[in-house]
Amino acid sequence: MSGMRNEIRFLHRGRAVACHLPHPDITLLDWLRVQQRLTGTKEGCNEGDCGACTVVLGRLEQGRLVRRAVNACITLLGQVDGAELITVEDLARGGTLHPVQSAMVTHHGSQCGFCTPGIVMSLLALTHDKPLPLTREAINERLAGNLCRCTGYRPIVDAAMELCSQSMHDQFTAATGDVIAALAALDDGVDVMAGDEAQFFAAPATLASATALASRVPTATLLAGASDVGLWVTKRLQPLRRIIWLGRIEDMRGIAADGDGLRMGACVRLGEAWAHLAAIDPDLGALMQRFASTQIRNSATIGGNIANGSPIGDLAPALIALGATIELQLGDIVRRLPLERFFVAYGRQDRAPGEILTAITIPRLSPDERFRCFKVSKRVDEDISAVMGAFHVTIANGRIAGARFAYGGMAGVPQRAAAAEQALTGLSLDDEQGLRAGADRLAQDFLPLSDMRASAAYRLDVAKALLLRALDEMAGRRGDSDRLIGRRDGPRRAEAPA
Amino acid sequence: MNFSARSKLGETDSGSVVGQAIAHDSARGHVSGKALYIDDLPEPAVTFHVAPIMATSARGRLLSLDVEEVRASEGVVAVLMAGDVPGCNDCSPVDFDVDPIFASETISFHGQVVGAVIATSHLLARQAARRALIDIASEVPLVEAAAALAADARLMPDYAFQRGDVTAGFAAAAHRLNGRIAIGGQEHFYLEGQAALAIPGEGGDMLVHSSTQHPSEVQHIVARALGVASHAVQCEVRRMGGGFGGKESQASQWAAIAAIAARHMGAACKLRLDRDDDMMLTGKRHDCLVDYEVGFDGEGRIGVLASHFAMRCGYSADLSLGVCDRTLFHADNAYYLPACDLVSARLRTNTVSNTAFRGFGGPQGMVAVERVIDAIAWHLGCDPLDIRKRNLYGVMGLTTPYGMDIDDNILPELVEALERSSDYRQRRSAISAYNTASPVLKRGLALTPVKFGISFTLIHLNQAGALVHIYADGSVALNHGGTEMGQGLYIKVAQVVADEFALPLEAIRITATTTAKVPNTGPTAASAGSDLNAMAAREAARTIKARLVDFCSERYQVPAPDIRFVDGQVVIGTERLSFGDVVREAVRARISLSSTGFYRTPDIHWDRAAKSGRPFYYFAYGAACSEVEIDTTTGEMQVRRIDILHDVGASLNPAIDIGQIEGGFVQGMGWLTTEELVFDEAGRLRTHAPSTYKIPVASDVPEDFRVALWQSPNRRETIYRSKAVGEPPLMLAISVWSAIADAIHAVAPGEQVGLHAPATPEAILAAIKAIRHPGGERP
Repeated sequence: MSGMRNEIRFLHRGRAVACHLPHPDITLLDWLRVQQRLTGTKEGCNEGDCGACTVVLGRLEQGRLVRRAVNACITLLGQVDGAELITVEDLARGGTLHPVQSAMVTHHGSQCGFCTPGIVMSLLALTHDKPLPLTREAINERLAGNLCRCTGYRPIVDAAMELCSQSMHDQFTAATGDVIAALAALDDGVDVMAGDEAQFFAAPATLASATALASRVPTATLLAGASDVGLWVTKRLQPLRRIIWLGRIEDMRGIAADGDGLRMGACVRLGEAWAHLAAIDPDLGALMQRFASTQIRNSATIGGNIANGSPIGDLAPALIALGATIELQLGDIVRRLPLERFFVAYGRQDRAPGEILTAITIPRLSPDERFRCFKVSKRVDEDISAVMGAFHVTIANGRIAGARFAYGGMAGVPQRAAAAEQALTGLSLDDEQGLRAGADRLAQDFLPLSDMRASAAYRLDVAKALLLRALDEMAGRRGDSDRLIGRRDGPRRAEAPA
Repeated sequence: MNFSARSKLGETDSGSVVGQAIAHDSARGHVSGKALYIDDLPEPAVTFHVAPIMATSARGRLLSLDVEEVRASEGVVAVLMAGDVPGCNDCSPVDFDVDPIFASETISFHGQVVGAVIATSHLLARQAARRALIDIASEVPLVEAAAALAADARLMPDYAFQRGDVTAGFAAAAHRLNGRIAIGGQEHFYLEGQAALAIPGEGGDMLVHSSTQHPSEVQHIVARALGVASHAVQCEVRRMGGGFGGKESQASQWAAIAAIAARHMGAACKLRLDRDDDMMLTGKRHDCLVDYEVGFDGEGRIGVLASHFAMRCGYSADLSLGVCDRTLFHADNAYYLPACDLVSARLRTNTVSNTAFRGFGGPQGMVAVERVIDAIAWHLGCDPLDIRKRNLYGVMGLTTPYGMDIDDNILPELVEALERSSDYRQRRSAISAYNTASPVLKRGLALTPVKFGISFTLIHLNQAGALVHIYADGSVALNHGGTEMGQGLYIKVAQVVADEFALPLEAIRITATTTAKVPNTGPTAASAGSDLNAMAAREAARTIKARLVDFCSERYQVPAPDIRFVDGQVVIGTERLSFGDVVREAVRARISLSSTGFYRTPDIHWDRAAKSGRPFYYFAYGAACSEVEIDTTTGEMQVRRIDILHDVGASLNPAIDIGQIEGGFVQGMGWLTTEELVFDEAGRLRTHAPSTYKIPVASDVPEDFRVALWQSPNRRETIYRSKAVGEPPLMLAISVWSAIADAIHAVAPGEQVGLHAPATPEAILAAIKAIRHPGGERP
């Protein structure tokens, strides 16, 4: 370790910017709008749902420059350390609109215009990382984090389709080499400690530094993607005085896949994990497609999604069903535990103050294992589940030899359905009557809440319907063509009529 | 298109921009982030930030408001309460009710503003506001419409349209059906939240930048709150980041608080609501319970309809009188009702005061009658489209329940055309076949019409003013009382003025709406923005043009009819001069090149007490056909295809109009599907952020989305024979809701479907369970 840095550094408009972060919890959006008076980036919801504040962050990933859309409202300024920051003001040059902007004008993609800068930035990221194959569905999915209340989206998607059917050469592609060099120069590998003991934003460069600091200041807020913690600042209005951001630690960002399983560092972002999870089972891929939004998946991490202890947390039920284990580290002490044991009760997890969730390991499915997971929400995209069900079944001689069913939205924590698992174990997959009776046992497993997302009765109905859907599919009684949303092979939606 | 109504003074015959698909005037500003909204405006060097202090109970007596901790909070410079209002503590848009700017004695809904914090930053003001200790002697609140109905909590007297002998009608009817529908409210979710920036001037002047659809009312209410005359207050709005009715009356409170704060501090003060606060503190579309009973014959022809609308108005009147009236004005939608009894009850609840929202009560009336039609079809085993067609105006009769004869009806032709272009019949049989073979997934199809009355039913609001200047260099500045909220009003009016002078659009400078230029305007609402303001602006332009013609006629000794404006030039007999040269000469000759323009909608009158008159200048029509698919085990739903045929008359700008149609449709679809407002028993809104309140995203809009304009000019003499387009398309989305009911009906054909709105997956599954077990527990 060669010293320490007391400021964050990032690239903005071709220059390295240094900030001492007198307020460790200042958001990127407030820095832009209030401090820099760069008001092109808008605040629509201040909670990462509407996308009006979308900006693009460029980062080096394995030496490659990757530019991704993120929500500036719940990204803390400190997290921009080491990145290239692009905002809507940086697109037009000398009065000439960027092709993304021109396409939005040509297609009448703006009405009130308030969401437009965010949409332009999402389109910028999109055109630099085009979906393949290029379909409207793929565009829709990438734009799910941008709410527009005026247009009905058709012209925006038209603009995106046109942009993506061309190759994009702009000032950003032209500057790629320079940006890579500049970002590499910023990447000094030393710990960042902006502030003092009373108030700091720390961005340790190594796991050892992070665990040391977290042990020394166990009350510090551990920060990964800030898609949840950001709301503590913007909505709970809870000032965060001491923050340890884990996003720079390479050891927490690794992905290692082998025949036995997939091991991911806790700070692997959801977007990076997507393809690896889809390789375990296509339903996990379909789940990731509906998981929050592009911007959130570009920020939020696998570990953060678990560590925040959400009772819904779309990933947790799936990972519990798959038998995932996690690694936690307090100082030098590393321990492993099954994921399901991490969730103790609502709002309480098995994590000591200062202990850092560092990695998660997901076992692969063997040929005699089947997996299904389904999410039901009011809106298909960018919504929190009313019920999320994940079903992992081991089959021997046409019978259920082992069952791991886990649900989100059904209890105070993501939880297994022990009674239903027990009732179904040993049954033949063809014993429809028995399976249905077994599924009824879910009522013993769960006493769900009624809230703004769904009533208790609906949750129980759906929990059962999803379990039966999974079992019917595993038995071959239902297939992809009986699915409305989230197909296992190919596009998730029903084909247009012939 | 019929352009015969064009300029009578000085022909303008080439290079027309009216009718062209021209981009929104701010499109380049939008995409580059340079279009400024209130919070983007450069702040005066000393600017304070204001945040509301919100009540922590929905109903009760305010015992004390302790702001000691608030005052001690970092960055706080002052705290305002009711006693600090220099003038009248009321921001209600009506004179028969009061909306306190700061509640002082009675708390009427959860979150009601009891004070405001003035601080050095937005964040510090919000943080401090939460430190207030508010002691309320709480009572059990009335929250839902059903509870208010049971408690007979009425905000104002019921109102009704009655025609014919209803009792005899039911006695004579071959068939009778009744039912109840719960129709949810809707949050506007304009992307720019409520915002105002107040800047004090000398001598008690106050400039208020407000994100409002109704600058004149903001001016009036701010003046009243400050205790000054209206001439001391100027309200300006360049643009809103969306309005949808949510900034018609509900922008006033925030402008008033900002202005009171600015007066208090003697410095600029800005108030912009955080999203969650905005959703908790501002009114929404009225949710309602509808009880209907219909009598009809064996062919499904309605003989009599009785509909009772129990509308949740919230704690105060706001615009509810007009909203609830319009529910009745549209309780017939497109159908002739030989006898009817249409009643609306306006319920007082301990919730935020519900307000205008695109359609202004009309959608609720239309949803109800479309369900009635579906119910008849299910009962008789007919295709609902056949029942619709049999009951359309023009097939059965042409007089509305409020006694107005419809003289511009195009519904039968329009519905017929969409039936053909959407391939309805072939798809109907394909869907039947699919549903027979598919036990879990079911598809549904519906084609529903829209007829929407254009004009404010409060007749005095149907007026507009404009102000046009031509400067000595030939450039034109345009101003009018209409506000721009994304709907493209500014560009449409500019197109009209450009054509009037035969100038390129770039020669017309669109300027921010301000009460200093055009006074006493109505709100930009009721879809009437371009109908009213384009007429007023054309009038102003024509006045100046007439002066220029007279001037040229005299100077060049050419008869006025031989003077024409063409392609940026003035043709004077055989001579051609540039527009700029003529203007320069006119200035030197001391000709006034500034004029106001004024327009009032002709031929409309409405006597509310007598329930007679002609409240609407004309009707806008349309129809939509939607196909959906549902999963009968979970209630999940997907829209598969949408076909729309909509009547905008002779379009001023087809790109803008199609944008309104598509956007309105998707907004209506959200209202009827995913957008669910949930209040808890304590009266707290639980869906106060986009994380819990789900407006449509891109993937909710089907790839197969076909929109066509009905090619026919308005029969009325509107501006270029165009038609209003802001609201009517929202109701096209009723086709989605009806198609979902159709899909549910496929589960148990012949049974009645008890689907409510919004048709969330839970609502859909509840209707499926009910139809599978008729007579059992109903949702």
